[in-house]
Order: sequence, then structure tokens, then C-alpha cells
Amino acid sequence: MALLDVRNVTMKFGELVANDRVSFTVESGSIVGLIGPNGAGKTTLFNCVTGFLKPTGGAIIFDGADITGYTSYQIARLGAVRTFQVVRPLEEMTVFDNVLVGAFLKTSDNREAFARAADCIRLCSLESFQEKPAGELSIGGKKRLELARALATQPKLLMLDEVMAGLTSTEVRVSVEVILRLRESGITLMIVEHVMEGIMPIADKIVVLDGGVKIAEDAPGKVINDDSVIEAYLGAKYAQRFKAQKEDGARG
Amino acid sequence: MKPMQRKALKKKDALWLGFVALLTLLPLAPAVAANSFHMHVVILILLFASMAQAWNIIGGYCGQVSFGHSVFFGIGAYGAGMAVVTYGGMPWPGILVGVILAAAVAVVISYPCFKLSGHYFAIATFAIVEIFNRSFLVWDWIGGALGLDYPLVKEGLMNLMWYNTKTGYYYCALILFLTIFGTVRWLEGHRFGYYMRAVREGQETAESLGVNSTAVKLAALTALCGAFFAQYNLRVDTPMVVSLDMSMKFVLITVLGGAGTLVGPLLGAAVLIPLQEYTQAFWGGLGGGVDLIIFGLLIILMVVKQPGGMIGIFHAVQKGILKRKNAAKGESADGAP
Repeated sequence: MALLDVRNVTMKFGELVANDRVSFTVESGSIVGLIGPNGAGKTTLFNCVTGFLKPTGGAIIFDGADITGYTSYQIARLGAVRTFQVVRPLEEMTVFDNVLVGAFLKTSDNREAFARAADCIRLCSLESFQEKPAGELSIGGKKRLELARALATQPKLLMLDEVMAGLTSTEVRVSVEVILRLRESGITLMIVEHVMEGIMPIADKIVVLDGGVKIAEDAPGKVINDDSVIEAYLGAKYAQRFKAQKEDGARG
Repeated sequence: MKPMQRKALKKKDALWLGFVALLTLLPLAPAVAANSFHMHVVILILLFASMAQAWNIIGGYCGQVSFGHSVFFGIGAYGAGMAVVTYGGMPWPGILVGVILAAAVAVVISYPCFKLSGHYFAIATFAIVEIFNRSFLVWDWIGGALGLDYPLVKEGLMNLMWYNTKTGYYYCALILFLTIFGTVRWLEGHRFGYYMRAVREGQETAESLGVNSTAVKLAALTALCGAFFAQYNLRVDTPMVVSLDMSMKFVLITVLGGAGTLVGPLLGAAVLIPLQEYTQAFWGGLGGGVDLIIFGLLIILMVVKQPGGMIGIFHAVQKGILKRKNAAKGESADGAP
């Protein structure tokens, strides 16, 4: 059974339809990428799944339970934890204490939580900054902190909102390695991402949104050849030219 | 990193234990015990430090600036006052009822107030104080505008009242002080303390990590005290306990000392209370309020120059010394982030 099952989720802001009957599943142990052009409704969908928005219609099933309309902390306690696209460190607290807040979700015992936080700090290579206020980290560091903090809650499903955006290609490679390591440890991942070199090689499945509607859900190799996806990214005119070129190439 | 941290904590604890021992023995010092006015000032410092600390839990650690705390304080004071004056009994049951009632009121008023955040929350709590202030003033059952005057009763712990010396009050204040400071000290190092700071720094982030921010705020709000003040002054009236003045005092003491720190409320009280008591004693002829003028200036200076409060100044100086030491050794004070 799928760990996360999104069924016909619709989210309206007044007359604006940000998500229109979107359905997809995230299988346990897999990595699912959620992509689409700017304004496609990725983050809105993300906010619906994580309880920051209450969807106007549809249902969200997580781990066999209907979590539609749950608050964000309830969803986090069930084991679906997110990071934020715009990083939100708890600025005045140290890096270590930031991660500790996450670690306290599953235990109130100090020793256990401290050990858990230390592990996550190490996994995300933040050891040398752990005593600094989180506000002083570089942007790359803050992104890793988001990850470490979410990880410390020992989630079943980790939802990453553009953790690779704005990173150098070396940093992207490091993030990819970390994500693969997470999957090996048994965590299911759903990743919203713009950086294709980051998401394409590691995802088992890609879900493509455009204008609030799901236009494709398939393996990465198939999705990149999907006509509607190419059209969404390049526009109808260029998509046609691109297709014509490709056919030319095949003939000649 | 870890063992070093633990050692530093131990040193801090030793300092605290020494300080507590000093406080315990203080009434034995002849200079203090002989002059009941000095004793009075010390008692008020402990008392206001305790109340500021209770405010600090929600206002400092949790970041919800409330001007409504005198309401809880007042309910506690009226609880004790009514038990003695209206029912002619011991204050203890009244204190207990007062604490429970104050907690209940906190739960009720938190429901509309916690829907607001930031400045709007603060403004709403202003209104709450005014509502209670006006209602208490016209409520005959609790003494109305006249207030409650304590009758003469047998002194001692049973009635929580002393006339000849202030030593009894001193130890009561000390127990109150130790209870509240001890609680906050314990909270600081445990899950709830981290959750409070997380809510202050970013409510949405905290919620994304499974923190029920409303529950955290509510629990932080219901930490209170107040009964002792009535016992000490031997009377209760509305402007004295349920007023914006009183609420402001808790807030300003904490802000001056350093909000969100354990020692802050004590430092703030140690500055404001002597200032208030001695200026009233020596410059009372100037028409009163001299202390508030000086204190106002101090607060303005503090907010502009060092929003971290006296603790903030202390840390800045400490950092400066460390930096100079390291510079002398020829290494940079802090590595690149």
C-alpha cells in the first residue's frame, strides 16, 4: 500500500484554483519528485499535504489514516515532516538546539534527544557550526539545517521543498548523496525540486504539475519525453519546433 | 564539546548554590536584620523577581508579550485576602483557590487572545487588564473600591502573617523565589523549554516539527503567583494588584534584566525595586514618580543600545574580553560561519 495517497486534492484561493483535482501516490521506500514550472502549484500542494493549508476538496491518506484537515503538528507527529523552501531557522537558537527541537518529537528524554540530534548534525555535516546561532549560517548551511531538523524527528515520510535551489553543483552532488543515504535508512521521500540534475537521477517517479493540474506521473526517463511536459516547460510553439527537429533528426 | 558543556553547567550551578546559601543566611547579618527597611527592600526584590520570572516564561521564553499578568496576580491576592478578611480563616485555602481560579481564567482568556499574534496579542492583553480592573472596582462581594483590610490575627506560619520582624516574610519570599526560579531553571534544559523557544523563534517552523504551539503557550501562561503580596501588605485593593501599572512592572523588570534568560528578572528587580523604594523614602517630597522617570530612561537606553538587557551587556563584555584574549594569542575569535 502507498505510504501517501493524494486523492483529487483541490485548493482554491477565492476564485483562483491553485490545485485542481490532483491525485498521485508515494510508495513506501521510494523517492518521488514533484516538478513543474513556476506557479504550477507545487508548494500549495505541499502545504495541503503538510497541514499548513486545508484543501478545499479531496482527501489525503497517510499511512492508512485520512489526514485531510489535520493541523501541521498533528501530521508531523504521525511521521510526515517537511522542510521549507524559504529557510526558516530558529535564528537565536544554536544550530544544535534547532535540531534538538526536532529530536524531542519522539522522546522527552534528554540523553536520547541529544544523541539523536548529534547524529543528524553529523549526517548533514554541520558539526563545526553546532554551537553557532542558526541565523549566522550560510544559505547552504541553513538548507542542511532544515534537513537535519526534519530528520531528527525520525519521520516516515520526509518532504523536501527545494532543498537544492541556489546551491552550487558540488553542493547539489552532496545533497544527492545525503538523500540517497536517507532512502537506504528506510525513509520515504517526496521532493519538490527545480534542479533537474539533482532530482532526475535519484527519483523513482516524477509527478509533473502545470497550472494546478497534474499532467504526468511516470518514471523520470519517460517524463522527460512526454509531450505535455515539454510543452509546459518550453511553451507550445517551441515544443512543436523541438518535436519537428527531433523527427527531422530521426529521419536524417 | 559535550563534556565541556557539562562542566560549564556545573560551575554555573555551584554559583547558584552559593547565591542561594547567601540568601538563606542573609537575615542573620546584623546590618540587614536590624534595619527593617533594608529587609523590606530585599523582600520586595525577591517577590518582584519571582513575579517577573513568572511573566518571563510566557513573555521572554515563549515570546508572547502579555500585559495581562496582573490579572492572575490579582486573583491570587484576592483569593488569600478573601479567605482572611471575608471568611475569617487561614489564607492557605484562599491561596489554593486563587491559583486554580487564575489558571482557569488564563485558559479562558487565552482562547481569543492566542488567535492573535505579535503586537495584536499584546494589545488584547491590555484590554483584558482594564476589563478586570473595572469589574473588580465595582464588585462589592470582593470589597469593591475600598479593598480588603486585614484584621489583626495571631502571627505565624499558620496565618502567614508577622508583625514584629520581617524574617518570616523573608523566608516565604525566598521559598517562592526558589520555587519559580528552580522551575524555570529545570524547564530551560528540558523539552518544554526548547519548545517554548522554538515557538518564539518561529511558530510555523515549530509546528512543522510537531510542536503544538497553542498548548505550549497555554502551559507557559498559567505559571503564576500573587497571594504572597497581599499577605505582606496586609490589604488588597484593585489598583494595587490588578492594574496596568503592576503588569508593566513585571514586563519592564524582565526587559531591563534580559527577557528569556534565567537571571534577567532577578537583575531587573534588583535595580528597579531599590530604586523605587529608596527614592520614595528619600525624595518622596518631590511628588513621587521620580523612580519611574529614572526607570523609564533606563529602559529607553536599554532598548536602543542593548535589547538583550543587562544580561546582554554582560555577554557583550564577556565576548569582548574573549576576543581580546584570542587576539593576543594571535587567533581569530570565531571561525568563519
